[in-house]
Amino acid sequence: MASHHPHTPPVASREVLAFQAERAADPTKQILGPGHDFHSVTEKISGIVLTRHTGRGWIIGFGISLLLMLVLLYSIVVLLAVGVGVWGINVPVAWGFAIVNFVWWIGIGHAGTLISAILLLLRQEWRTSINRFAEAMTLFAVASAGIFPLLHVGRPWLAYWLFPYPNTMGLWPQFRSPLVWDVFAVSTYGTISLLFWYVGLIPDFATMRDRAVRPILKMVYGGLSMGWRGSALHWHRYEMAYLLLAGLATPLVISVHTVVSLDFAVSVVPGWHVTIFPPYFVAGAIFSGFAMVLTLTIPLRKAYGLEDFITTRHLDNMAKIVLATGLIVAYGYIMEIYMGFYSTNKYEVGMLMNRFKGPYWMGYVALIVCNIATPQLLWSRTIRQWPLVLFLISIVVNIGMWLERFVIVITSLHRDYLPSSWGMYYPTIYDWGLYLGSLGLFFCLLFLFIRVLPMISVFEMRELVSRTKGKPVHVDGHGGGEPVGTLASAPSRAEETR
Amino acid sequence: MSCPSKHVEAPNEEPQQALTGRAFWRSLDELSQTPQFQEALHREYPRGASEWHDDVSRRNFLKLMSASLALAGVYGCARPEEQIVPYVIPPENQLPGKPLYYATAFPLGGYGLGVLAEQHMGRPTKIEGNPDHPASLGATDVHAQASVLSLYDPAHPETPKEAGEIRTWTRFFEVLRKELDAKKQTAGAGFRILTETVTSPTLISQIQALLKQFPQAKWHHYEPINFEGARAGAIAAFGRPVNTIYRFDKAQRILSLDSDFLMVGPASVRYNSDYAHTRRVRSGTGFQPVSSDPKEKDHGQDARAAMSRMYAVQSTPTITATMADHRWPMRAGEVEGFARAVLAQVQGEPVDHPLAAQIALIVADLKEHQGRSVVVPGEYQPVVVHAIAHALNAALGAVGQTVVYTEPIEVHESGQLESIRALVKDMDAGQVDMLLVLGSNPVFTAPADLKFREAYGKVRLRIQQSLYYDETSFHSHWHVPESHYLETWSDIRAFDGTVTIIQPLIQALHQSRSPHELLAFMLGFPDVSAREIIREAWRSRAPAGDFETFWMRALEKGVVENTAAPVVNVTLQPEAVAPARNEPSQSGAAAAGYEVIFRPDPAVWDGRFANNGWLQEFPRPLTKLTWDNVAIMSVRTAVQLGLTQSIEEPASANEQLVRLTYAGNSVEAPVWVMAGHPDNSVTVLLGGGREVATPVGKGVGFNGYRIRPSTAMWFGQGLEVEKLGRRYPLACTQPHQMLEGRDHLRVHTLEEFRNIAGTPQTPHTVPEPAHGKTVHLSFYPDRPEPDEWLVGTHQWGMAIDQNVCTGCSACVLACQAENNIPIVGKDQVLNGREMHWLRIDTYYRGESTNPEGPYFQPMLCQHCEKAPCEIVCPVEATSHSVEGINEMTYNRCIGTRYCSNNCPYKVRRFNFLQYAEISTPILQLVHNPDVTVRQRGVMEKCTYCIQRINTTRREIKTLRGDAVDAPQSVKAEVQARVDALMDTLQTACQQACPTEAIVFGDIMYEYANGQPMAVTRLKTEPHNYGVLTELNTNPRTTYLARLTNPNPAIGGPKDTSAEKRTAHDAARG
Repeated sequence: MASHHPHTPPVASREVLAFQAERAADPTKQILGPGHDFHSVTEKISGIVLTRHTGRGWIIGFGISLLLMLVLLYSIVVLLAVGVGVWGINVPVAWGFAIVNFVWWIGIGHAGTLISAILLLLRQEWRTSINRFAEAMTLFAVASAGIFPLLHVGRPWLAYWLFPYPNTMGLWPQFRSPLVWDVFAVSTYGTISLLFWYVGLIPDFATMRDRAVRPILKMVYGGLSMGWRGSALHWHRYEMAYLLLAGLATPLVISVHTVVSLDFAVSVVPGWHVTIFPPYFVAGAIFSGFAMVLTLTIPLRKAYGLEDFITTRHLDNMAKIVLATGLIVAYGYIMEIYMGFYSTNKYEVGMLMNRFKGPYWMGYVALIVCNIATPQLLWSRTIRQWPLVLFLISIVVNIGMWLERFVIVITSLHRDYLPSSWGMYYPTIYDWGLYLGSLGLFFCLLFLFIRVLPMISVFEMRELVSRTKGKPVHVDGHGGGEPVGTLASAPSRAEETR
Repeated sequence: MSCPSKHVEAPNEEPQQALTGRAFWRSLDELSQTPQFQEALHREYPRGASEWHDDVSRRNFLKLMSASLALAGVYGCARPEEQIVPYVIPPENQLPGKPLYYATAFPLGGYGLGVLAEQHMGRPTKIEGNPDHPASLGATDVHAQASVLSLYDPAHPETPKEAGEIRTWTRFFEVLRKELDAKKQTAGAGFRILTETVTSPTLISQIQALLKQFPQAKWHHYEPINFEGARAGAIAAFGRPVNTIYRFDKAQRILSLDSDFLMVGPASVRYNSDYAHTRRVRSGTGFQPVSSDPKEKDHGQDARAAMSRMYAVQSTPTITATMADHRWPMRAGEVEGFARAVLAQVQGEPVDHPLAAQIALIVADLKEHQGRSVVVPGEYQPVVVHAIAHALNAALGAVGQTVVYTEPIEVHESGQLESIRALVKDMDAGQVDMLLVLGSNPVFTAPADLKFREAYGKVRLRIQQSLYYDETSFHSHWHVPESHYLETWSDIRAFDGTVTIIQPLIQALHQSRSPHELLAFMLGFPDVSAREIIREAWRSRAPAGDFETFWMRALEKGVVENTAAPVVNVTLQPEAVAPARNEPSQSGAAAAGYEVIFRPDPAVWDGRFANNGWLQEFPRPLTKLTWDNVAIMSVRTAVQLGLTQSIEEPASANEQLVRLTYAGNSVEAPVWVMAGHPDNSVTVLLGGGREVATPVGKGVGFNGYRIRPSTAMWFGQGLEVEKLGRRYPLACTQPHQMLEGRDHLRVHTLEEFRNIAGTPQTPHTVPEPAHGKTVHLSFYPDRPEPDEWLVGTHQWGMAIDQNVCTGCSACVLACQAENNIPIVGKDQVLNGREMHWLRIDTYYRGESTNPEGPYFQPMLCQHCEKAPCEIVCPVEATSHSVEGINEMTYNRCIGTRYCSNNCPYKVRRFNFLQYAEISTPILQLVHNPDVTVRQRGVMEKCTYCIQRINTTRREIKTLRGDAVDAPQSVKAEVQARVDALMDTLQTACQQACPTEAIVFGDIMYEYANGQPMAVTRLKTEPHNYGVLTELNTNPRTTYLARLTNPNPAIGGPKDTSAEKRTAHDAARG
């Protein structure tokens, strides 16, 4: 870990001491519950996967998700057999739920990358207990997002034409089109997210391998751990690789949603052709991503008793980010309105008035309530640290961000330049089927993830234990700091990889 | 030019052949064909008994069959199955890939519209106007365009049917022969023929010959959309029927008394052209002197010359009244009062009318243009309005100038209503024993109070011949299929009497026959083909000289020369309008309840086109509704009926179901609210609600005939309207018809135009320099780039003169036929997925409660030089050609639909589902082989008819290539031919347009004389503008603003509604 590199000088120890003292005074500032040692952390996290029986809650949750995924499969089969005409799209609203969902899912993914990469580079150690989980969420969100652009095209069997590959037609994609930029941005993003997540998992795969009892599990985890033995050289190379990946992923957090926003901003459609879109989309993505992390974390920590690892401080921090990005989004909305009226362009003004008073005005009002009004509750520390309320707020924000994309895509398209072409968009059951189905896919993957992989990074938590306890982590003498507090047993090297 | 198809008879179906077969097996009596034997033979099979269900007769039948096979086997037993064999020696004139054109005529309502039918390798695919035909002048209307689809309708009846059971023609002829023989004994007593309006000289002479053979028989005629008012009006005014022809090209002032001459009637296509001629103004600063020759392509008249002015009173809003400079909505019953007031004003008598002030100004204007003004009575107005119009035209000196009277075209001695009334009366009295219905569908269309169906049931033998199996077929004993006009020979007259020989383009697809053949059989000529019938008929009528020359010339030109009806001099009978004036006007007796107005649906007409998908899905010119007919009313009436809360929300009244009760009958109808419709009046569009029709037409809309009595064929008072509180979805392609304060459709007055007429524009719409210096506003280079390699290429462009676009929408269907555009069905239209590449946007201006308009704007791909669609396509499926065309590569399209989103004009159409018909083989025949049939998931749009451009470009290249090394004189000749080719290149919409509002061409081209093409001249007009050019799209399609020519003394059309209300209150009060 960067924050705890083997060669980190022990200079930090004083700060750590002060920090630790403060944390001891205020339980809400702790990022790890009291009384944990290397063994208990490892036991607790890997135990969820290895030793516990499959819980009833898991089975029910997975069952529901699986049903929803069947809905997805059904919707896809009908879509491929009949055509995109099964959706409610038309002319003028040629993009509907598919694009709304795509942007929404991509946005949700952003929190994972932000937590893993940017907070890593910024040495926000509280990220440790949520990053694995958030990365997985990113990956699954990108997977859910990724199905939409493919299914959305009229002839999906030819969607590979979007990629630049040598072909007999001698044709390249049209590089002026933002959709081509999208292809690169999203595929890069998906690849880096997967790599980042997998690389982060390698030491934990080794732990699982070592702790697994059944031979088949030993083989599977052993294969996945790629021969990790936890040697100093391994750690050295590993941490460098992880850092480099973090560096690579960081610009992607900004670039992906910037490119997605360009799908709209490059066009001439009033309501799409907005220069503030790139920053406003990125902020919105982080906003919705953190809300989704909250939505997922709060029930999980409750269900698996992870309150010690995902503490109120985590919730508090995430709520603060939601509030901050929510304010940026609110600024974006205000600027959109201001620039529209300031321009006195009749189409822009018409677009805005249509948002306020047109047939979809309720969507716009709900969006303002969800995305601007509701997050203001987070100014209160009580609410930030009140899991139930926070959970509800996060759901509201998720809905709000979905509505935002709906408002941008639908209400801009349905009434543009020529009133003769104005129309309406009504989603069909296949629109809803695909949307709910993509939720099913997401949760299916998520349930599988928490069942078969350590949802919290074991080795990073162990580092955290050593950091927060001030205990030297490595018995070979690397690491530093004086022991603070009591420790039940000193970790052995063997334990560290177990 | 001769008919490409040979009419092959199926001789085994002829009774004589069958008898020959029987003779061998049965008796010599049979061979002798004595009447006694035939009598006995027929008695053996009582009528109605089915041979197939009777053992003995089936055995006999099979025996006879085998006999026929054995002896008459040379003919085979059915139409021979044809194998496709490649042309080893190609037939004359057929060059694969090159279409042939044959002149023929499209019949509607008994009158012909001269057309050129395009034929690809033996199959007709497209209808174009015949420039030599007086009714067409090279243009067409929607019905002619759509007629080619009807030819290939897979739901056509394929064989004769007896009570719904399949029969052979042989069997039918046997029955008919026996019946006719019986009728001979009684001189035809109880034998009746019912036709629609007939102008075919041959059919008339055949019927007359038949009536001679059967002196007691009678010929009745009835057309649901007839022009009886005009006929009776002429009789009232002149004491004899005459045919009235208006010369709108000479009319400077027009007063329309609820007329819709631009949309209905046999001359409407011609009238569009004539009227547009007086409306087309040019700045006079173009490159060429302004011409007044109507044949000269798109010069128009000098702005300094006067533009015509039309005043219109309208009941139901029509495209004609929409083109007027002043219009006053009034109930149909009030038009008479208005007409009387105008007559009084003209005759200098006191005028008692709420619009007296306006009438004085109108009459002054009409009188000022003595001899150049005309009054047009409404087609559906009663006798008295027609009589008054004749009187007015006489008083205004219009006769011989703007109005011409000729001998009548229709020869039937009685009026149609009178005729069908007589028939029903006789049927009820049991005096009709046998009724032959030719073409008509009276069970569906006859006036409700006549109870035609019940009376028809009393006829012993009911035979109908028609194109489709319809309501009348269902109630007939026999239905025999009639050939489509593209399948058989006939002849027909145009509005002015000019005859066209209808020649077929294809051999009959099913076992159908022409009415000529049926009548010939009845006359005792069982073996004559329609071609022989027509030829023989014309042999006697042809002028002296070589008949073959005459015949070929008539076929080639599509008109028989010197057949126009002669002009007659008529004198107005002084008492013509006097008695009418003394009668109380209908408006005075405004009875309780609402007024009901009956009108044909603009698309399905009287219901006959209900089976035609193109027409069902054709957006009606004013309402933009598809797939249903409606009851139209004004918003104030809708408020009064509780269909909507306030006049601010007219749309909430739309789609509400009401029960209309009139004259004891009622029908449920969906409501549509229209601006400009008179209050307290409901227009019922006829033609919907077909009960026996193909799956396309069955049950679409409601049947307005149910409440249409013979006492109020066109309008009447006392309609009861009851709100039902239910809704019926209506598929409208343009729900928003307000301009919303935007200026993409520009309207100027003639006065404003004159003020700017001296400042021509540059051909391209160049964005204004920002801050005083020229700024390049785009990321992308200008097109065409001034590169050398572009020199010598074509640069295509289009100009659309909105000033003469009457909204008739012929272009919409021409585009559909030319470009294989599929129909999508009502559900898909409801979801905004209609596929028309060319649509006519219809806009109202001003406040929604009292709007001005509508104005028409044909909207199609603008072929932007900097097209927003092109840069967003990720696979470059839409790209720009060096000729300035925004091209669509269907094969490359993966269907992201981004281009459609980014198209500010929303002219792109997407195949959301598999819309193109690819599963029904016969429907594939209608496709234009030069245009791709699109798959689902592919975007499509207007291509400027790229297939036509390619053909012309190829020809020009060949010409020029052949002449590369030629001497200068040859090159000059080649240039002249290239000029001619460029002139003949027309897009499908342009070719169909009767007003030449659409002009297409090469904006860089120069004729041999150095002149630019018409399209370039139009683009320099001061009122030329591009739609949404502020987006820097540089469209290649530009528009000429609509001009109005209001009478300054009266004021703008805005005020008319207020006046109208006063008028209405006065009339009711």
